[in-house]
Amino acid sequence: MNKKFVAIIGAISLLSACETASQKVVTGTSASGSASSASASSSVDKKKSLFAAAKQTAADKLIAIGDRVLFDYDSATLDSSAKILLDAQSRFLRANTDLNFIIEGHCDERGTREYNLALGEQRATAVRDYLVIQGIDPDRIKVISYGKEKPAVVGSNTMAWSKNRRAVTIID
Amino acid sequence: MNIILKLPVFKMIILMISLLSTQAFSEDLRIKINSGQVEPLPIAIANFTGEEGGSSKIGMQISTVVSNNLVGSGQFKAIESAAFIAPPTNPSVRPNFTDWTPLGIKALITGSVKNINDQQIEVEFRLWDVIAETDLIGLRLSVNSEAWRRVAHIISDEIFERLSGDSGYFDTRIVYVAESGPQNNRIKRLAIMDQDGENHQFLTDGSFLVLTPRFSPTSQEITYLAYFKNEPRVYIFNLETGQQELLGSFPGMTFAPRFSPSGEKIVMSLAEKGVTDIYTMDLNNQEVKRLTNSPSIDTSPSFSPDGKKIIFNSDRGGTQQLYIMDSNGRNVKRISFGKGRYATPVWAPKGELIAFTKILKNKFYIGVMSPDGSGERLLAQGYLVEGPTWAPNGRVLMYFKQEAPIDDGKSTTVNLFKIDVTGFRETRIVTPSDGSDPAWSPLLPN
Repeated sequence: MNKKFVAIIGAISLLSACETASQKVVTGTSASGSASSASASSSVDKKKSLFAAAKQTAADKLIAIGDRVLFDYDSATLDSSAKILLDAQSRFLRANTDLNFIIEGHCDERGTREYNLALGEQRATAVRDYLVIQGIDPDRIKVISYGKEKPAVVGSNTMAWSKNRRAVTIID
Repeated sequence: MNIILKLPVFKMIILMISLLSTQAFSEDLRIKINSGQVEPLPIAIANFTGEEGGSSKIGMQISTVVSNNLVGSGQFKAIESAAFIAPPTNPSVRPNFTDWTPLGIKALITGSVKNINDQQIEVEFRLWDVIAETDLIGLRLSVNSEAWRRVAHIISDEIFERLSGDSGYFDTRIVYVAESGPQNNRIKRLAIMDQDGENHQFLTDGSFLVLTPRFSPTSQEITYLAYFKNEPRVYIFNLETGQQELLGSFPGMTFAPRFSPSGEKIVMSLAEKGVTDIYTMDLNNQEVKRLTNSPSIDTSPSFSPDGKKIIFNSDRGGTQQLYIMDSNGRNVKRISFGKGRYATPVWAPKGELIAFTKILKNKFYIGVMSPDGSGERLLAQGYLVEGPTWAPNGRVLMYFKQEAPIDDGKSTTVNLFKIDVTGFRETRIVTPSDGSDPAWSPLLPN
């Protein structure tokens, strides 16, 4: 194999990689914010902590508006209630131009792993496309699929599955 | 990276021993396999002797591993060593066959272990046809004493091949995803072990999510999906250097990777803008080719052993079904037409079958069918069974099974299982923690 074209990953500390991936983005963001500000000067410290506080508030607002939409089994189609929620999300995104967002696509456990990765990507993209149509700059929105890897509700019943078939908007 | 392990590589010298006779194994003794359940062939495996003629520690361990392998294949029945009469003291000594025939033993395995120096050992074995009263095969192996398990697996493969007429699968490894932690925050680590669960080692530290590892044809590399820096992409892990490398640079998520039979290409899916298609990447010149171009989900590609075809699953017809295409993406043809959804197809090493996951009425199955879609047989079933992988001789499949949930799903286990392609003898592979996404290596290079 010719390794010249293949980027070799060096030793990189994976600070809070897990937190940003999970639903607990609020904790993860503030934790890494305070950790990175520890060695900075006091004025920068203040700014950073203020920024972290603002971010936390924004995340809280996003959750209050509704950070997730749900999907039918094996579907990436947004229903009318999802669109109403995304309309509210898009108003929030427009009002917070300094923030970027990640849409996480998820599936329930009743599918195969690789197919669900693709389906999660479709779900996240459906949300992203809808927000872009509402006038949100596409450069502000990233998508990521977790397939069936990160259920929101642990359980093997129709209630849990319906809550796990979701796309969640979080602050990047 | 803050991981990783280099697997030790031991040089191995293997010599064929000239035999007393070159006669074929008695025809009535040859086990016939592809006919469902067979009566296991009674064999005796003497403890391999040491320097003083008695059993040495390594000799006994080798005998035990050989016995576990052969009996575990379901094709052999080992006669208890307590029943041995006058065990041979040296593999080159012709046994007194009349001692063994009354026990119903058809084949006898003898062996010895010698220390060459502090590190090196020389292991010798013979396989004897008790009925025809002749030797069938003999090998002498010189190796680092730490590699005695591999010696036992190589000997097992030689015996299996000689008695079954088919290649063995014991000198192989399993790479899989070791799981721990709560269901909504699973820690997943790449782990590797011998086919029998020994020599278990972790390859990644759990700081990032890993899924779907698969071996290269040389067994020296593993391709898999890693959420490294929270960007899901296909990586290649080199077992000799212990490094993981990002494969190419793609605008979206790359996943579902597998090596081509030559090892020169990776076939995988790229998901971008809500569309998942199948691509190949040439590892020599980094050339990327798009093989499918449909608005549907095309994923889980797997090459045929001759490299000419690719099987994959697609929902282009409404639900997940299996499709075959030429390796350049042409001549796409649907092959699965049964009830339910079909997924994760994997071509058998000899090409005659496709293994798959099937979902029907909320139940999961592991099954096989011919590449033309005929002859579907379901082998294993469970609350969730998924991701079949073939033993290199195509006789055994491994997969993972999530047990039916207890306490409303809050407590469940995920484990590796194997089953004969005949559908018999489903067996759990014991791992230190939960496990999923197994991949069986080819026979290891000597």
